[in-house]
Amino acid sequence: MEAHAANSPVAPPRARQFRLPGVGAGLGRGYVVLWLSLIVLLPLAAMTDKSLSEGVGQFWDQVTNPAAIQSLELILVCSLIVVAVNAVFGTIVAWLLVRDNFPGKSIVNAIIDLPFALPTIVASLILIQLWGKNSPVGIDFALTRLAIVVALCFVTLPFVVRAVQPLLIEMDKDMEEAAASLGAGGSTIFRRIIFPNLLPGLAAGVALAFARALGEYGSVLLFAGGKSDTTVTSILIGQKIEQGNETGAAALSIVLLLMALVCLFLITLIQRWGSRHERAQGAGAGVGLTMPLADGGSETLTADADDLDTGAPGTQPGFKKEDDQRD
Amino acid sequence: MTKSTQSRWSLRVLGLGYLAVLLVAPLILLFYKTFEDGLAAPFEAITSADGLHALKLTLITVAIAVPLNTIFGVICSLLLVRHKWKGNWLIDAAINLPFATSPVVIGLSLFLLYGKQGWFEPGLSEAGIKVLFSTPAIVLACIFVSVPFVVRETVPVLQEIGTEQEQAAETLGANAWQTFWRVTLPAIRWGVAYGVVLCTARVLGEFGAVSVVSGNISGETQTLPLFVEKNYENFNLPGAFGAAVLLAILALIVLMAMNLLKRKEAT
Repeated sequence: MEAHAANSPVAPPRARQFRLPGVGAGLGRGYVVLWLSLIVLLPLAAMTDKSLSEGVGQFWDQVTNPAAIQSLELILVCSLIVVAVNAVFGTIVAWLLVRDNFPGKSIVNAIIDLPFALPTIVASLILIQLWGKNSPVGIDFALTRLAIVVALCFVTLPFVVRAVQPLLIEMDKDMEEAAASLGAGGSTIFRRIIFPNLLPGLAAGVALAFARALGEYGSVLLFAGGKSDTTVTSILIGQKIEQGNETGAAALSIVLLLMALVCLFLITLIQRWGSRHERAQGAGAGVGLTMPLADGGSETLTADADDLDTGAPGTQPGFKKEDDQRD
Repeated sequence: MTKSTQSRWSLRVLGLGYLAVLLVAPLILLFYKTFEDGLAAPFEAITSADGLHALKLTLITVAIAVPLNTIFGVICSLLLVRHKWKGNWLIDAAINLPFATSPVVIGLSLFLLYGKQGWFEPGLSEAGIKVLFSTPAIVLACIFVSVPFVVRETVPVLQEIGTEQEQAAETLGANAWQTFWRVTLPAIRWGVAYGVVLCTARVLGEFGAVSVVSGNISGETQTLPLFVEKNYENFNLPGAFGAAVLLAILALIVLMAMNLLKRKEAT
C-alpha cells in the first residue's frame, strides 16, 4: 500500500474513472449489487412470492378484510394527524433554533435527535410510564388512539425539524426586511416570504415522517397495544405472524411497503421541484436532502445551488477535468 | 411588551413546551422510576444471567453488523458519486428500501426467506446451518435495517469535496489506494463516522425486525430491546427499567457523539 510515488515519477493519466482502490469499479459494483440483493432484495422478493402463493384472490381477501382495512385506515389517519402536528411544531422548533436565542439552545438542538438514538421499545416503555395508569400527572390515555398519535409524534419529531432547519439557516433576511419596510405585517411576511421558502424542505420532511410513521412498530407496541380499535397495520402484521398466517402477513406487508415507497417517490419529486424552483429564483436556500434521511447530518446536506444541479447521487459526473490543464 | 416580543415568547412557550412534554418529561421519568427504589434492583436485573447474555448478544450484533455496513457504505458511496453508471439509480432506490420498510415487515421477509418452506431452507438444513431463531438471523435483520445510514451520510460529503484533490494526488503519481487512504478517506471521515454512529444506534435498539426472527428466548436469542419487552410483559418492571435505562444511556452517548461529529464536520 505504501508503494512509493517515485515508482512512477511521471503522472500516469490512466484509469481516470478508477476511483475505487484495490478493486475495479466493475468488481465493486458486483459486490454492492450482490450485497444489496442478499441482504435486502431477496428477503423482500421471498415475501412478495409468499404473499401471492395462494393466488391473487387470496391476496386481495387478505388486504381487504375488515380488520386489515380498519388497521390501514387507522394508521393512515394517525400518520396524517401526526405529520400535521409535527409540521407545525417542528417548524416552530426549527425557527427557535435558528432565529431565536435563549439559554440552553445547544442542548435543545442536541436533544431533537433523541428519537433517532433511543430504541423504539424504550420510547414505548417511557411513554406508558408518563401517560399510562401510573401517570404521575394523572393523565391516562395508554392503549387508546391518542397513544398511537403521541408515540408517532415522538418518533417522527426530528424529521421535520432537521429538514426545515438548514433552509432557515440559509434563508436571506433581506427579503423579510424588504417586505417589512414595504409595510408588510408579521403574518404577511410569514405567509408570503418565509413559508414559500421553507415549503420544499417542509414537504420533504413531512413525507419522510409519514413514511416512517406508516411502518412504526416498537414505540406503538406497548403504549398503544393491539386492542381491537388500536391495531395499526404493523401490529396486525405482527399478530398474523404469531398466528401463523404468513400469507396474510406478507400481503399486508406488501401494501404497507408500497404506501411507504409512494412517499419516498414523492420526496424525490419534491427535491427535483425544489432544486428547479430554487434555480429559477436564484436564491441561496439549498434543498440538499439528496438523502432521504433527515437526521442531524443536515448541515452536510445543504449544498450550494451549483452542487444541486448535479441532482441525485450517481448523476454527478465524475470528472470535469480538462486534459489541457495538465502538461 | 411590544408585539414582536410577545410573539417571540409565545413561540418559545409553544416550541419548548412541546419538546418538554414530548421528549424531556418521559426521559426524566424513566430515570426517576428506575432509581426510585435505589440502584440495587435495576442493577441486579442487568447483571442477571439473562441480562448479561442479552447485553453480550447485542454487542456481538453491533460488532458484526456495523463494520460490514461501513465497508459496504463507503464502497457504495464511491460508486454512486464517482462512477457514472446507468444502473446507479437502481442501487440508490434499493438502498432506500430499508427506510420505507416497517421493521416488522423486514423481520417477516427474513422469516419467509430462511424459515420452513423458505427459498433457502432446503440448502441450509442440508448443510446443518440454523439461521432462523438464532444469532445469524438477528445479525441479518440488523444489517438489513441499517444498510442505508453510512451511504446516506457519505454521499453528500463526497459530492461536496469534489475531485480536485484526488486529481492532484493522481497527477502527483499516487495510485488508487494511496489516493483513497491519504486524500479521499481523510476528507470524508467525519461523514462516515456520523453514519457509523447512526448505524450503531439503530442496531443497538432494533426491535421489530429482531423480534420476528429471533424467537425471543431468554438467555439465548434475546437482545437488550427484546429483554426490555419480555420483562415488561412478565411484570418484572425493575428488569425492564434497568435494561431500558442502559439503552437510554447508550442513546445519550450516541447523541453526544452525533453532536461532536457534526461540529467536526462543520469545521
